[in-house]
Amino acid sequence: MAFELRGIQVRHAVAAHAEVPDALHDITLSLAQGEQVALIGPSGAGKTTLLHTLACARRAESGEFTAFAVAPWLMSHAQRHALRARFFLAPQTPPLPPRQRVVTAVLAGRLPQWSFWQAITSLIRPREAGAAHAALARFNLQDKLYARVDRLSGGERQRCGMARLLLSKADALLVDEPLSALDPALSLQMLAVLQQEAHARNATLVCSLHQVELALAHFPRVIALREGRIVFDLPSAQVTPDMINALYQNEHTTLPEVADKASYCMGTPC
Amino acid sequence: MVALVALLLLWPMLQASEFQPWILFDKQSLSATWQFLSGFVPPAHSPEFLAMLMAATWQTVAIATAGLVLALLAAIPLTLLATASLSVSRLESGRMRSVAVLVRQSARWLLVVLRSVPELVWALLFVRIVGLGPTAGVLAIALTYSGMLGKVYAEILESSDTDASAALLRNGSGRLAALCYGALPEAAAELVSYTTYRWECAIRGSVIMGFVGAGGIGQRMDESMKMLAGAEVSSMLLVFVLLVAAADQVSSFMRKRLL
Amino acid sequence: MDRRALTPPPVIARTTLLVLLGLLVLVIASFTSLDMQWGELFSADALRSSREFLGGFAPPEMAIPFLRKVAQATWETFSMSALGTLLALLLGLALALPGSGRFGSAARVVVRLLLNVLRSIPELVWAVILLIAAGLGPFAGTLALAAHTTGVLGRLFADALENLPREHEETLRINGATPMTAFCYAALPQILPQLLSYTLYRWENNIRAAAILGVVGAGGLGQMLKYHLSLFHMQQAATVILAMLLMIMLVDGASFWLRRKLNGV
Repeated sequence: MAFELRGIQVRHAVAAHAEVPDALHDITLSLAQGEQVALIGPSGAGKTTLLHTLACARRAESGEFTAFAVAPWLMSHAQRHALRARFFLAPQTPPLPPRQRVVTAVLAGRLPQWSFWQAITSLIRPREAGAAHAALARFNLQDKLYARVDRLSGGERQRCGMARLLLSKADALLVDEPLSALDPALSLQMLAVLQQEAHARNATLVCSLHQVELALAHFPRVIALREGRIVFDLPSAQVTPDMINALYQNEHTTLPEVADKASYCMGTPC
Repeated sequence: MVALVALLLLWPMLQASEFQPWILFDKQSLSATWQFLSGFVPPAHSPEFLAMLMAATWQTVAIATAGLVLALLAAIPLTLLATASLSVSRLESGRMRSVAVLVRQSARWLLVVLRSVPELVWALLFVRIVGLGPTAGVLAIALTYSGMLGKVYAEILESSDTDASAALLRNGSGRLAALCYGALPEAAAELVSYTTYRWECAIRGSVIMGFVGAGGIGQRMDESMKMLAGAEVSSMLLVFVLLVAAADQVSSFMRKRLL
Repeated sequence: MDRRALTPPPVIARTTLLVLLGLLVLVIASFTSLDMQWGELFSADALRSSREFLGGFAPPEMAIPFLRKVAQATWETFSMSALGTLLALLLGLALALPGSGRFGSAARVVVRLLLNVLRSIPELVWAVILLIAAGLGPFAGTLALAAHTTGVLGRLFADALENLPREHEETLRINGATPMTAFCYAALPQILPQLLSYTLYRWENNIRAAAILGVVGAGGLGQMLKYHLSLFHMQQAATVILAMLLMIMLVDGASFWLRRKLNGV
């Protein structure tokens, strides 16, 4: 089992909310190694919080959490940090410093494996530029290898963020809304690359998506969240349009047409 | 309300600081001023004097540079200790572990103390310990400026966008590496900018320290002032103004070029 | 997977390399040309004498009559810094107007030159010079602070005024207002919080400067420090230094608080 969650409850971030209901409530699920799961649900449902919890970036208030057969929050600070190298959490907004070159930004995926000295010398002369080139080539971005991040479009930046994922050696890929800045064709390419990579490494892939048809079409298993609780956790074949409507009720009453999808995706906050 | 308090304090402050503008215009002071100022033109320009002046100018620049380099070396570890944005424990739970908090607070306090003691006081003390000469100046600058650099570096790092370094930390990167790959690209411009600004300040600072015996133009100027040698003073003032302007140019050039 | 060739990495610009090299040369030359005698600095002898020296500071002198003198000197120093900064604010603002080009470019050049001269000369050097005209004591210190800070603030204010978008002022001018009125109604309100913020920040610098101006005879804590150090009254000197630190921290705190209020926090 890659992940086991039992009765997990997570509060919202400390600084902000005191009386707001929990971000995640009574979450119980298991993920096998190598499984590929789509996470769907309306905005604010807790998808991002769940991904952070899986990545050991947020600690649950109560419940049991095991990853790779160990309980990370019972480990020492140092051991837990070493464990983090096995997760790759990709936030929705690519965390790439605007003034950095793409090659360095992408190679940052290797940092957990590099010693400090290797990391520093790589800043001056990138160590595995070939690997970065290959990763970018999978998204047709190899020409941008030495470009500065702030000269890229939103979609290009998102794909560079994923190129960093390709360079990491993680066994669990936790991806938050990877398609938000991509048009339909690039969205399909992105999903294909992610799933190929996860399959090749036998890594567990958990991907949160707003594009429900893509989730149902490409992922064997779908977990739906609403207001911090799991609404359903089923193989995609068993998910009906009524269940989707009920899930997103009060958000959008009908699923938009594919033709409108592009504009819908681009502007939706998560 | 604040303005009212300030106004009330105005009269006592004028008294305490012996604010008597009419002194400037009394006969004795006018004649002393005139005599001194008239010596300004022409400024001293004999070859021996100019040679001495050039050597003293280089010494001032050397004191400032050496002092700043030492300050930089001391500031880097202090900055790292004082910056909260690299704390993994804060990422996890929103609060840092108590050990980390203690270390961070101590580092901050050290920086405050180093900054608050005026560099001239350090210079006075060092002159007593290591004697007259440039060593006292270098040490004084190193101590004071390490505090200033450390504080501002920490502020720059903390106020810059932490998303990039946070993402790297979450994925298992070491703290220093996350700093270099995540925080530094954005902060580098400001860090270099502030450091070059401080280098300019160090040049002015080392001139000032010369007045208590720490070498450079300052010491020469002090000697000439004591003898009321207007020509020498004006020459040195001229050189000093040019030096500061040159340092300003160098520093803006550096800022434009490297970034 | 595509087998397109790797683009070659960009070459670091030659000028950047030259600059970095120049820096290195400067740093090395600085350390070698100064006769620092590192060995002696850290020799057993030097360490022992430093420890003895530093030990002589404790405990700081706390007798009431002495503390009263220190308090007086502290108030003197504080007044110097506050008045000097206030004068600089007024003069700086006055000079910033021509300095920002609002009275023509000839005026701008002249005023900018004046401001540069004022700010290039450090407070201490001003103090030494002004002692001749103003005599010993804190008055020279106040004037010295005012002179230097006028240069600093004047230049900051002039820059800020120059960078201000002109539409508001222009609109008023087009409708018939004089340049001064246009300035007061359009530019000043926009920029005043920023200017006051700079001034308060400058006050933090000036309190440190005021503390030490006394070393050359401009009164206050600096004069006390020089006096006691020269007579090797270490404990009294320690008290004076502590008073300086306290005063500096107080002013830093006040300035920080005031600036926060200005920015509406």
